[in-house]
Amino acid sequence: MNIMNDQKMILAQALLDGDTPSWGQPQRQAARERFLKLGAPMRRDEYWRYTDPSKFNQPLAPIEAAVVDPEVGDSGFGETEALTLVFVNGRLRSDLSDAIDIPGLEVTRLADGIEGSWAAEKLGALEVAGQEPVARPYAALNAALAVDGLAIRVTGDVPKPIHFRYLAEGADRAVYVRHVIDLAPEAALTVLESGAGGERFNAVIEVDIGDKATFRRKRLQNEAGADQVITHLFARLGEESALRSFTLTGVAGASKLVRNEAMIWLEGDEGSAHIAGGVMGDAKAHLDNTVFIVHDALNCESRQVFKNVLADEARGVFQGKILVKEGAQKTDGYQISQSVLLGERAEFDVKPELEIYADDVACSHGSTSGALDETAMFYLRSRGVSQDVAERLLVEAFIEEAIQEIDEEGPQAEALREAMRGHVAAWMSDRTT
Amino acid sequence: MLTIKNLHARLEEEPDTVILKGVDLEVPTGQVHAIMGPNGSGKSTMSYVLSGRDGYEVTDGAADLDGDDILEMEPDERAAAGLFLAFQYPVEIPGVGNMTFLREAVNAQRKARDQEEMSAAGFLKLVRAEAAKLEISPEMLKRFVNVGFSGGEKKRNEILQMAVLQPKMCILDETDSGLDVDAMKLVAEGVNALRSPDRSFLVITHYQRLLDYIKPDVVHIMAGGRIVESGGPDLALKVENEGYSDILKKSAA
Repeated sequence: MNIMNDQKMILAQALLDGDTPSWGQPQRQAARERFLKLGAPMRRDEYWRYTDPSKFNQPLAPIEAAVVDPEVGDSGFGETEALTLVFVNGRLRSDLSDAIDIPGLEVTRLADGIEGSWAAEKLGALEVAGQEPVARPYAALNAALAVDGLAIRVTGDVPKPIHFRYLAEGADRAVYVRHVIDLAPEAALTVLESGAGGERFNAVIEVDIGDKATFRRKRLQNEAGADQVITHLFARLGEESALRSFTLTGVAGASKLVRNEAMIWLEGDEGSAHIAGGVMGDAKAHLDNTVFIVHDALNCESRQVFKNVLADEARGVFQGKILVKEGAQKTDGYQISQSVLLGERAEFDVKPELEIYADDVACSHGSTSGALDETAMFYLRSRGVSQDVAERLLVEAFIEEAIQEIDEEGPQAEALREAMRGHVAAWMSDRTT
Repeated sequence: MLTIKNLHARLEEEPDTVILKGVDLEVPTGQVHAIMGPNGSGKSTMSYVLSGRDGYEVTDGAADLDGDDILEMEPDERAAAGLFLAFQYPVEIPGVGNMTFLREAVNAQRKARDQEEMSAAGFLKLVRAEAAKLEISPEMLKRFVNVGFSGGEKKRNEILQMAVLQPKMCILDETDSGLDVDAMKLVAEGVNALRSPDRSFLVITHYQRLLDYIKPDVVHIMAGGRIVESGGPDLALKVENEGYSDILKKSAA
C-alpha cells in the first residue's frame, strides 16, 4: 500500500517538474499539492483497469511558445458557422482568432490573470469536487500546469458556436489547457473543439450550467499529431438545465491513447444530461470514454450513448456510471455502449455501473459487441455492393445512432451531423486493417 | 443463360449435412422456370449457393452464367455478372437508407461493368417511376432498408431492386410466401413487366398459385437435393391437385 503510494507520488512529482506560468496562484499551488497527494494513476487503480496510464506518466517537456505559426487549417465542422478561438501550444492567439463581440458573452483569457474576478472562485471548484468519489488526478495535474485557457461567462443565448481550435507546433511536448464556463439562468452556449493540441494533450472544461440554461459541446478528436489525449469535462446542472456533449474520436492509422472523462452532477430538478460519442479505432489505438453521472435532484434524465468501431488491433473502453443519490426520485437514467469489431484482434472493454439509493427510478444500461451483421453484409453484396462499401454503409449506420444524439434542430445541427458523417466515411477509407 | 451441372453442396459447419445432391438444371435465355418441391428439398439452399452466401460448401459440380463460372465469384461479382436473388426474407438494415442502398448498388454494378455512374437526377427518376408501378410510396423509399415494412412491402421492395438493377438472371425465392392475393398480383405484375427475351427467371415456390400469375415455360420438381422431374406448366397443376407423393415414389423407384 505504502509502496504503491510512494510510487504514485514519485511519478506525480516527476510530472510536475519544470516551470509553470505565474498566473492563477494560489489555485495552482493547491492543485500541485492535490495532485501529489492523489498521486499519478497506476494500472492497479480500479478506475484504470482497462487503460494503462503508464504512458501518461512519462514526463514530457512542458510546452514552449510556438516558433512558427501552424496552419489553422480546416475546422472539420464543415458548413457550421462559428467564431474561432485559436490556441497554439495551449496559448490563446488573439491574432489568429475571431473577435468576440456578442452581447451576453464575456470571454477572458486565464493567462491575463483572474484575481478578483468571478472566475477566481469558479476555477478548479468542480474539478476539486470531482475528485470524489473517484480520483481524477490528471485533472488536478492540469490545474497545476495549465498554460492558458478561457473564463467564459454567458448571460444570454449566444447565437453562434464558439470554436476552440487547438493547434500544436513542435514535437514531444505536453500541452495543458483549461476553461471555466459559467452559464447564467436561461443562457445558452455551444462550444466546438477540434485540433490535435500537442503530443500529449490534457484539456479540462469546468462548466456550471445555471437554471434553465443549455450548454452544448461538440468535439472532434480526429487530427493527427496528438499521441496521447486526456480530457475532462466537469459539469454541474441547475434546475431544468441541459447538457449535450458529443465527441467523435478516431484518427486513421494512428495508435493514439485517448482517455475522455466526464463528471456530471444533476443538482437541480428536471435537468437533462446527454453524453454521446462515436469512437473509431484502428492500428493500436486505445480509446477510453469514462463517464460518471450523479443524479441528486428530482425528475432528472441522463443519457449515455457510445458507439465504437474497432479495427485492426484497436481497443475501445467504456466505463459508464450512473449514481442515483437518496431522494433523487423519478430519475431516468439510460446508458448504451456498443462496438463493432472489424479486426479479429480488436477488443472492447465495458464497465457499466448503476448505484441507486432512491426507490422510484428507471435506470437501464446495455452493451453489445461483435462483428458486422453477416446477413446484412450478404444482402448488400448480393446487390452488387462491394465488401468495402458494404462495410462502410453498415459502419456509418452504426455510428449514425451516436450522431443522431446531436439533437438540436435547424440547419446548424444538420451541418454538424453531416460533417461528422464525412469524418466517419474518411476514416473508413483510410483505416488500417 | 444459367447452367447447373451435378451441383453438390453441404453445410460448412455440419459437413455431414449434404443438402444438394447433384442438381442438373438449364434455364435458357428468355425463359421462366419454376422450381417446386416439398419442405427441405434444397430449393432455398440452391438459391443461396448460387448467390454466394457464406455457410455452404460446394463439393462437386458447376454453375455457369452465360459460360462464366459463378461459383468462383464473390457475391457482388455475381450481381455484377447479372445474377439477382429476391430473398425469401428480405433483410432489415437500420441506419442505411433505401435510396442510398439502391444508389450504391446501381453504381457498384455499373462500375464493375466499366460503365459511368448514373447521375443523381437520372437515378431518382428511374427509381420513382419503378416504385410507382409497384405502389411503393416516396415515403417508403426514404425509410431505412426494409425497416418497418410489412411482409408485402418487403417483397415489393425486392422487385423494385430487381427493376432498378435490371439483372439478366433473376432467382425468386418463395417471393409469394406471406403475401395476400392482392400483394401477390402486384409482385407478379412487377415480375411480368421485366420478362424479356434477354432475361431469365427461376421462380422457387411452394404453391402453384403464384404460377397462375407468373406463367412458367418449364416446371421442375426438386426433392432430396435433386431435380426429380421436369415438365410444362401442367406439372405444377398436378402437384397442386395430387401433392408430391406420386412424383416422389416414381423418382425413388
